[in-house]
Formats: sequence, structure tokens, C-alpha cells
Amino acid sequence: MNSWIVTHLWLVPAEPFAASLAILSVSNTRRKSAAALAVAGQIIALALSVVAFVSTLQTHGFRAVQNFTWFTFGDQTLRLGFVLDPLAAAMLVMITVVGLCIFVFSVGYMAEDKNFTRFFAYLSFFSGAMLGLVIANSLLLVFIFWELVGLASYLLIGFWIERPSAAAAAKKAFITTRIGDMGFFLGVLWLYDRAGTLLFYDNGRGCLEGAGLAMLGASATFVALLIFCGAVGKSGQFPLHVWLPDAMEGPTPVSALIHAATMVAAGVFLVARVYPLFSLGAISGVTSSLTVVVWIGVTTALMAALIAIAQADIKRILAYSTVSQLGLMMVSLGVGGVAAGIMHLLAHGFFKALLFLGAGSVIHGCHGEQDIRKMGGLRRFMPVTFMTYAVGMMALSGMPFFFCGGWTKEEILHATAHWPPSHVPYYLILVGVVLTALYMTRQIIYVFFGNPRVAAERAHESPRIMTMPLIVLAFGAILLSAVLTPAWPWLHGYLTGEPTYFDVARLIQPMLFVSLALVSAGVGVGFWIYRKAGTQDGGRPAEVDPLEYAQPALFRFLANKMWIDELYARTVISFSWMAARLSDWMDRYFWDGLVRGFGAIGQLFGIFTTSVDERGINAGVDETTAGARGLGRVMSTAHSGQIQTYLGAIAIGMLALLLLYAWLA
Amino acid sequence: MTPTLQIFLIVSAALFSTGLLAALSRRHAIFILIGIEMMLAAANLNFIAFWRFGPPHQPPTGVMIALFSIAIAAAEAAVGLAMVIAVYRHYHTTNVDQLDQLRG
Amino acid sequence: MNSAALIIIAVFTLAAALAAATLRKLMHAALSLVVVFVGIAALFFLLGAEFVGLALVFIYVGAVAVLVVFTILLTPRDVGKDRGFNWGGAIVAVAVFGGLTWSILNTQSLAVVAPHMPALTVKQIGKTLMTIYVWPLQCVGLLLTAALIGALILVMEEKR
Repeated sequence: MNSWIVTHLWLVPAEPFAASLAILSVSNTRRKSAAALAVAGQIIALALSVVAFVSTLQTHGFRAVQNFTWFTFGDQTLRLGFVLDPLAAAMLVMITVVGLCIFVFSVGYMAEDKNFTRFFAYLSFFSGAMLGLVIANSLLLVFIFWELVGLASYLLIGFWIERPSAAAAAKKAFITTRIGDMGFFLGVLWLYDRAGTLLFYDNGRGCLEGAGLAMLGASATFVALLIFCGAVGKSGQFPLHVWLPDAMEGPTPVSALIHAATMVAAGVFLVARVYPLFSLGAISGVTSSLTVVVWIGVTTALMAALIAIAQADIKRILAYSTVSQLGLMMVSLGVGGVAAGIMHLLAHGFFKALLFLGAGSVIHGCHGEQDIRKMGGLRRFMPVTFMTYAVGMMALSGMPFFFCGGWTKEEILHATAHWPPSHVPYYLILVGVVLTALYMTRQIIYVFFGNPRVAAERAHESPRIMTMPLIVLAFGAILLSAVLTPAWPWLHGYLTGEPTYFDVARLIQPMLFVSLALVSAGVGVGFWIYRKAGTQDGGRPAEVDPLEYAQPALFRFLANKMWIDELYARTVISFSWMAARLSDWMDRYFWDGLVRGFGAIGQLFGIFTTSVDERGINAGVDETTAGARGLGRVMSTAHSGQIQTYLGAIAIGMLALLLLYAWLA
Repeated sequence: MTPTLQIFLIVSAALFSTGLLAALSRRHAIFILIGIEMMLAAANLNFIAFWRFGPPHQPPTGVMIALFSIAIAAAEAAVGLAMVIAVYRHYHTTNVDQLDQLRG
Repeated sequence: MNSAALIIIAVFTLAAALAAATLRKLMHAALSLVVVFVGIAALFFLLGAEFVGLALVFIYVGAVAVLVVFTILLTPRDVGKDRGFNWGGAIVAVAVFGGLTWSILNTQSLAVVAPHMPALTVKQIGKTLMTIYVWPLQCVGLLLTAALIGALILVMEEKR
């Protein structure tokens, strides 16, 4: 019934896991075999993913599940399973392709690191967890892989443990996402309580299918919102976005893999996966839970885009752009454009990985410098990186026609424009599009144009092993647009299960011009503002940002990430401190006194019982002991230490039993 | 005349008692082991006899148990004899009368 | 099943057993033990359990007896005679024999003759071993390995 790949879907995440274990078991010095193992595991996973992807092409709306019983307690069975549908298959292919590029890139980028093998073990582990997450057919299994992904990200962000900032960032990421996961877990429990199953699809009995949804009723809103808490944490949505920019402390390939292309996508993926919970009881596509998703997404998208304008660290800019794009995807999901959101997620995976790897290449070329104000003019030193980075920048900015980000962004705008409750998100997103183009232009100008500054003077192009993945990803980002255009929206049809046909006329529509105008405006304004930024004299860092010159207060507000970290430090964290202090005081003086009081009563009682004990009981016990000792002395004579005596005793005992039996019978 | 089950059981009982005699009366540790082996063989004889006189067309449980008990007895003999050697090395005797360190 | 054969084999076996239990020289006793096992194997043949009989011959006559002989050779100080004989043990043994015989003879359900039974082939035994008894078989294998290693460790020379 099910094809081979469906019944063996678990092999896809198993490969990287196995590779990870194998790498951990080889010696620290065998760097080549570690890299080979990791890449091989990823290639096999990619091959299997492609097989899975091909098998979903057979029919429209293909969905196959493979469920199994994990364990049984009483009459309840807990079942887990794997599902293969277009959503999972597309994610599998995206993760493995992007992952493979990043793995190969890492071989070059991490070549000097002393913990090279450990790095690949973690990376493979992460890849396996992420692959497991997308094919899980049970919310519990999703949660398990979700936490494994979280663990992997913790390990990788804090990979350079000798740096205090890396350790702190790892902790921050772990704890912040944990706050969201708490909600997620409550959602899982609630869902199990109501629906009695955590399987998504189970031949009509799953919690995302008719009967299961009917049992949920009104609680679906709360379950959906609790699950969304997890997504907020993992996908870096406001107000839990604070960990994502700090996570840039990890090695750059990690930032590319985890904090751009795949892991943060898990939140968006999760919302898309349990979308029926969100849309249950929708009136013209609007539910209260989806409304929350939209507003959170809009807030995040706009806020992160604003902050990105004022950042100086090349990776932080990209990190905030990731946060912003994820917000955009959330908006898309919230307004009902599930396919658009997922398409943007897939496209984003490609071009954001490309941008991060490009940034990694730049950092590598500039000997570890991450401050864009100290770079400049790199397009002459690093032509391949520049070209590929430009492709990524165009895709991210949403330049139409040839870059995949453009089509998907347009699709999102299209979906948002027709959201019944309000048009505000639509206009805010338009602003976000302009801002995105603006900060990407700023970054490109600072890094690649103008005169070389401090860090760029001895820059060099990265080795082939690092540029090859960049080229592959750049081609991917361009070629992907072939299946995204409105003229032939193949991917859209693939994800929604609707048939698609070719129609050039749909290519030209108002939204295209809106999008084109906005992006051009963003890029143009960017070039105009920063036209002088790159042309300062060589050698000195560009100290004053043009925006800072014009609006110092606003710039400082943005550069300090809107003081959200400080706000948390003042409110949440200091509240925790206060609570801890109060508990400490209560413990020291109030509870302690109480305990001491009880202790004194106990002591008094003890004095009383001691006297009873010594006078009354001890004497009796002494007598008994003496008696027992005497008896023992008598009995011990039977224990001669002679095994034959023992054996004889056994024989006599057997005889006695025999006689007893005969007498009774 | 065909022999009954009782005859086999009596032979087995006699063998068992002889083994017991060896195990109880002799002083040398190897004799005790010989006696124990004989008692085990007697038990095996019982298993086989009960199987043979039991209902036919059953899985041959008695034979199986006899096989397993032979294997276990072989293991026991190996370990027992090894212990005899170890004890001999340590105390320079195999006379069990002198091995009474566990006396109460 | 032949009564005459049974009686001859039984007398032969029991005589050898008695010799093994009472002979003064250890080596003679060990050789008598071999005879006892050959006799028991013959009884097994008589009962139709040829495979078990052969296994007994292989394991006891082939392996255990050799082990006993080796042990005798490896404990040279006591080679030769076994001093003393415990008559108390003899009394217990005779009493056990009496009790057992008495209870066997008094149990009427044991006075049965053997039913007709198809020969037990090695193939059948193998099948049973590999199906119903495969788990005990593996356990016995493990036990034998453990016993072998244990015996080796026990007799290993202590390094000082």
C-alpha cells in the first residue's frame, strides 16, 4: 500500500544522526573522516529526500502516513508516526540541499578550528533533528525533535565555549526558547486531553482531521495559541526574538544553518503543520488565533527591519532581517496564505543561507572582522562572494522576475491585501518591504563598495570549497523562481494540491508594479543615503552613519535594539531578582524560624523519650541481646564448615519431606 | 516381560544414592564432584524415563531437559574442578575435612 | 524393550557406580565413573533417547572424565589414597535409597509399561531445539561460555 519510502521515511533523519554518532566515536584528530562522514550522511539524506519528494508528485494532495505504537499503558496506547506530504517533502529537500551546501562550506570555514570533529557531530545531529521534525506525524514527536533542535542550537551557539559571550548567548537562546516551549508543551497536553490523540493524520481519527477537530471545539483557539507560543520562541517572533541576534555568536555556518535557513523556520513550519487547529471555525478565513498570529508577525517584521537599519555587525543585520522575514511569513500564515508563507520559507531558506555563507566568506576573508564599517571595497578582492551575495540581496529585497524572494513576497502581499478585518498589516508590510531593500543596500554599500578600510586591506577570496556552495545556492535562489511565478505557480499548486496551468497573462498584475516600485524605492533611497558612506578615505573606519548624523536619537534607539534587552533586564529579570530576594528573606527568617520552632518541640520530645528509653527500654533490649548471643553461640556449633555435613543434612531433610508426604497421602 | 517405569526409577534411585554415598562419605573433593555427577546423571535418567513412559506425540520435553541438564552439568563440572585446583593451590590440600574456614 | 538387557545394564552400571564411590584409589574411581556413564548411555539407548545417550558419552566420557583425570594429576599431593571413610554418610545414603524405593513401589500410577512411540529422530530434536527451546538454548550457550571463562579465571596463576 504505502511505498517503500513512506514506510522507511525514518531513514532520512536517521542518516545524519548515525553520522553524528560515528563522528563522535572517531578520534578528535581525524578531521577528514569526520567531514566525510557528515557530508556523506547529508548526501544520503538528500537522496532519500529526493526519492520522497518524487513520490509525492504522483497525485495532487499526496499524503501518506506510517504510524506505529510507541508504548501501551493500560488500555491507552501512545502512537507516533511519520507523514509524507508536499509540505514535509518540500521542507526535506530544502533542508538537505541547504544543509549540504553549508556542510561543505563548513569544511573550509572551520578548517582551522581545533574542535573540527565535534562541530560536524553537532551539525549532523542538528540536521537529523530538523529532518525528523518536518516528517513527524505526531505533535509529541514534533515536540521531541523540537527540543532536540533546541539542544543542537544550544550546543552550536555555544560552540566556542571559551568565549564568555558565546556561552551567554547559548544560555540566552536556550532559556528564551524554553519560555515558548513551555506554552507549546501545555498546548500538547491540552490537545491530548481533548482529542485523545496526538497524531496529525490517522485515517480520519487524527487530531487535524474531521473527528479530532470536532472534539476540540472552542478549546482549539487556546491550544493553537499555546502551540504558537512555541513557534514564537523558536522563530524569534516578538517578544521572544531577543535570542536570535545574540545567537550570531556561533560559527557563521551555524548561523546560516540554524538561525537563518532551517531551525527558525521550524516555528513557521509548525504553524503551517497544525494550521487546521488555527483555522477551526473560521469565518471568512479569520479566527482569533490567526489574528494574534498576524499582529505578532507584523510587529516583528516591522520592528526587526527598523533595528536592522542601525546595526553594524554584518551577521546581526542578517539576523534581524531573518526575524523580519519570519514575521512576514507569520503574517502570511495568519491571513490565510499558507502556501505563500511556506513558499517564502523555502525561498528564504535558500537565499538566507546564501547570504549567511556569503557573510561567512567575507568574515573569513577579513580575518574574523564582523564590523561592516571597517570593510568596504571588497567587490574587487572577493568577486565570487560579491556576485553571489548580490543575488542573495536581490532575493531578500524582493526584486521581482529573477529572484525567488520577489515572487513569494508578492504572493504574501497579495494575500495580506485581502485580509478582511484590517488593512493596517498590509500597509505596515509595504513599509517593511521598503526597509528591507534599504538595509540590504546599506549593507552591500558598506561591505563591497567604496574604498577598503581597516579590515579590508588584506582581504582575500575564500577557497573553492567555500565559494562552490555559494554558487550552488545562488543558482538555487534564481532557479527556484521558475516554479514560483504567477504564470506557472507550480510550487503553489504542489503545496495546496490544486492543479496548475500555464498562463503568461497572470504575470502582469498590479501587485507586481507595487512590489517593483517599493523595492526600487528602497534600493534608490539606500544608494542616495549611503552614497558617501563607502567613499571615505582608506584606512579609517566609517565612523558616523549618515542616519546617525541626521537623527542621532532615533539611530541610537534602533542601534540599541529598541532597548528591548534593557527593558527585559529592568522588568522581567529584575522582577525575578526581587522574587528571589524575597524568597531568600522568607526562607532565612520566616520559614527558618518556623522550622526552628518545630525543631525545639522535637528536641523537647526527644529529651523525654531519651529518659524513657534509657531507663525502661534499654534494659529489656540488653537482656534480649544477651539471650540472642547465647543462642547464637549454641547454634553456631551446627555450622561446622564441613560441606559434607551440610549435604548430609540436605539429604536427611529430603528424606523427611518424602516421609511426610507418604504419611499425608 | 516388559519393564515398567518403576524399574527404571529404582535404578535411578540406586544410582542417586550411590552418588550421595560418594559425596557424603569420601574426604577427597574430587570424590564429592564424582558423586554429584552421578546424582545428576540419575536425575537425567528419570527425565528420559518419564518422557518415554509419558504420552506420545508431545514435544520431547524430557529429552530437551536432559540435554540442557547435561550441558549445565558439564559447566558445573568445569567450574567445580577449577575450584578444586584453586583450593588446592591455596591450602595445599583437597581434603574437605580440613577446609572449614566457614565454621561458625 | 528387553528386560534382560535392562537388568544386565543396570547391574553393570550400579556395580561401576559403587566402585566409583568406594574405591580407594582416585584414578580407579575416575575410570569407574567412565564406566558408569557408558552404562547410563546404554540405558538411554534402551529408552529410545539415542541422541541424549550419545551426547552423554561425548560430554562425560570425552570431556568431563578427562577433566577429572587432569585435576587428579594437577593436585599431586593427594594422589593415591583417600584417607578415611565416613560411615554416617553411608547410613544416610542407604536411608535415602530406602525411602525413594519405598515411595516408588507404593505409587500405583508408576506401574505402567511404555506406550508405543515413533522413534525420536535427530531432526525432530533439532527442530524442537531451534523453535520452542531456542531461548533456553541461547541461555545455555551463554552459561557455558561464562563457565568456561570463570573456570579459566579460577585456575589462572595469581600474579604477584
